[in-house]
Amino acid sequence: MLLFAIRRLAGAVPVLVVVAAVVFTLMQFAPGDAVSMLISDEASDADKARIREAWGLDDPPLTQFLNFLGNAVTGDFGTSFKYKMPVMELVLERLPATIELALAATLVAVVIGIPLGVLAAARPGSFWDSFTSTFSFAGISMPNFWIGILLILLFAGHWHLLPSGGRAPWGMGLETMTGFLLLDALLQGRMDAFWGALKHLALPALVLGTNMTGIITQLTRASVQEALREDYVMTARAKGLGGMRILWRHAFRNALVGVVTIIGLEFGALLSGAMIVETVFAWPGIGSLLIQGISSRDYPLIIGLVLIYTAIFILVNLLIDLLYTLIDPRIRIN
Amino acid sequence: MTMHEPLLSIQNLDIAFGADRTAVVHDLSLRLDRGEILALVGESGSGKSVTVKSVMRLIDQQGGHVTAGRILLTTARQPSVDLALLDERQMRRIRGARIAMIFQDPMTSLNPVLTVGAQLVEAVRQHQPFDDGSAKARAVAMLEKVRMTDPLRRFDQYPHELSGGMRQRVMIAMALICEPDILIADEPTTALDVTVQAEILALIRNLQQQTGMGVLFITHDMGVVAEIADRVAVMRYGRIVEEGPVGRVFDAPAHEYTRKLLDAAPKFRHAATATLNDASAAVPPVLSVSHLTTRFPVRSRILRRHVANLHAVEDVSFDLHPRETVAIIGESGCGKSSLAKSLLRLIPTDEGRAVLAGRDLLSLGGQALRAARDDIQMIFQDPYAALDPRMSIRQILSEPLRIRGLAVEEEGLSALVERVGLPEDSLDRYPHQFSGGQRQRICIARALILRPKVLIADEPVSALDVAIQAQILTLLEELKRDEDLALLFISHDMAVVERVADRILVMYRGTIVEQGPALSVLSCPAHPYTRRLLEAVPVSHPAERFERASLSVPTAAPIYPVGTNIEPARWQTIGPEHRLRVEV
Repeated sequence: MLLFAIRRLAGAVPVLVVVAAVVFTLMQFAPGDAVSMLISDEASDADKARIREAWGLDDPPLTQFLNFLGNAVTGDFGTSFKYKMPVMELVLERLPATIELALAATLVAVVIGIPLGVLAAARPGSFWDSFTSTFSFAGISMPNFWIGILLILLFAGHWHLLPSGGRAPWGMGLETMTGFLLLDALLQGRMDAFWGALKHLALPALVLGTNMTGIITQLTRASVQEALREDYVMTARAKGLGGMRILWRHAFRNALVGVVTIIGLEFGALLSGAMIVETVFAWPGIGSLLIQGISSRDYPLIIGLVLIYTAIFILVNLLIDLLYTLIDPRIRIN
Repeated sequence: MTMHEPLLSIQNLDIAFGADRTAVVHDLSLRLDRGEILALVGESGSGKSVTVKSVMRLIDQQGGHVTAGRILLTTARQPSVDLALLDERQMRRIRGARIAMIFQDPMTSLNPVLTVGAQLVEAVRQHQPFDDGSAKARAVAMLEKVRMTDPLRRFDQYPHELSGGMRQRVMIAMALICEPDILIADEPTTALDVTVQAEILALIRNLQQQTGMGVLFITHDMGVVAEIADRVAVMRYGRIVEEGPVGRVFDAPAHEYTRKLLDAAPKFRHAATATLNDASAAVPPVLSVSHLTTRFPVRSRILRRHVANLHAVEDVSFDLHPRETVAIIGESGCGKSSLAKSLLRLIPTDEGRAVLAGRDLLSLGGQALRAARDDIQMIFQDPYAALDPRMSIRQILSEPLRIRGLAVEEEGLSALVERVGLPEDSLDRYPHQFSGGQRQRICIARALILRPKVLIADEPVSALDVAIQAQILTLLEELKRDEDLALLFISHDMAVVERVADRILVMYRGTIVEQGPALSVLSCPAHPYTRRLLEAVPVSHPAERFERASLSVPTAAPIYPVGTNIEPARWQTIGPEHRLRVEV
């Protein structure tokens, strides 16, 4: 299993190089100029040229790319034009916020979607089934930003129950250990900070998870229904087992492979959804960072972030592949 | 409770399905006594499966209802209850505890993600207050009772790690773990090899005698009935048409339909004479296979190194003459189908030649291979899966012609449709509008459209009801004569083989171990494996039952390390044309 993981990670390296090359090429063709964003319009052409040279922007594109790759191998992804900070440092500072948000959204989707789907599969055509299918279609079709604004209006504006944005209350005085606020609060035994962070996390996670909830509900329903038609379910009924036991232990466990697959694939959609949700909720993660990077033509930052996104997606799907072997004994890694 | 009160008594049962209550079982009455095996016989669609599932009330989930009648269960432990009146909660206390069931396909009837042990323990704990330890002990004891080797290890294995026969033993262990009064067996050996079938039938018979339970055994196979039943009930169109002790039903069937079933059942060792052999050794062979070898690489778990080979087909040589049927027999996994696929170049071969009409099929490529395939065609086991449901019969039949760039002639298609015995208006219909037997006729027509010289038939009748089997076999025999075909007939069914084969090749672990004229091989089998295959065939009359000595022949897959030197086959002649492979 370890060897498999290592082989898969090694296989990820060329993927990352190709992704970097594609992003790099696209940015060559993108309109606008990083330098004009960096200094005022009144600056002289000589000043602009000096900056170009200092940032290495007047080298031929291929040289620029190879320089980037060479540095990237040593962990140096360059310096952000806008923040004047190493890209790696910026990303690492913001990454925990996005991971926390994405994991919370996935948790929301799994905790709501799976039971809804399983119960709908158990009684096809019932009121519960129609309710579930309406609910999940609504979840799939409503855009994130719209639900976000709606929920902010209700929970923050109208009822004043939850904060409208940000990641933590001001002046919480929590020492940064892992960067994951919930974890840090627990580690330091600060339940007040934990609640504060959880309240901030609740709305964005719910909004980001809505889409995935809908998809997981639909897929769970279809997979469990298919499993319920299998011969081994008849065997289980012939043994005298009860409905719930057949549903969860026999049908759901067999349906799980499909559900887990979709969670892995949807994680990609979740990451891109996070860019919008982070912007709506002023969540200080890498999604909002990327949007800022794009609007200021901050090339090193953009490439660095896209590579991080790619790496996360590859890692999550590796994890899913490893999970298969736990769910289905017939799947052997090779 | 009197002595004469039957264990299970079905009285005037009506079963209907769906919202419009389509009746599928009408006024059915049946009784099962303690300690007897009652066979419920009928063709597919006769309602036998629905009837027994209604006893377990397993039809409820599929939209079925008992609309009239009673299903009385009377056991020593409890007075009569009418199962038709019980609610789901009460039924759950009956299922598995008082009445247990095993199913046709052991490959799909066990849950693939739970261990054998977990499924057994679950069955016993559902009904008895066992803790984990004693439930496990009980499960292991049950595995031993169904004669599983190494029961402790089996307990922790998953179903996919077991063979079909072993899985059916697990199913039986699971059914009997709570010592039910009734075992319902729904075609439990239909999906198994004939040798495994013999073992499972003996096991059920044996356990039934030990426990005194009543067994309701559903089958479509009169041979299985002759082998195991005490009494027989024959079902047709949802009604019982005849019922009686097995000997009487076989000797003097009262109903015309029973007679038809008995006549249609291929009777092994009862063929009047060997089939008339038109083939002559003087004519040069149409297909000449020499030293054909097909191996599949076996790779190591982690580094994917090529460590061994599965010798699916090893050094196989034979000739096939025009108008001759050569049957290849052997258990599943012996390499029969790999041999057929190798000849059609559907899988790559390692060595050997297969000369058809002067061309070596195994060395051709591209255009030449496509042209050579005109001469060798195949029909498959499952006519339901072998036809594209979105293509009309006209499209199915003309596709081979189009691929070869030949003209599609209306008269040709109509003549072929008529020749294989399909209705005239078949061409513009779709596969789902035909029955299983008709679909196999379509498959045969599809194979014949290019006028091949050799037809490979891989278990062409094993998915069909017996009466239909006989018709398809007759058709194949006629076509062989009229069209000068040579048939390579793959089958595990000895009665079918006896009927159609001129010569027999016995395949065992990738090699041919015995070959010769059908009559000679079937009457004087020389190889222990051939003997075991033939002995396992169910008797055709209950009076012929006999105890089978458990001949054990190793059946492990032929996997050898890379570079293993396989000795070329040497043959010992034991009769005219009848040869036995000399074991090294």
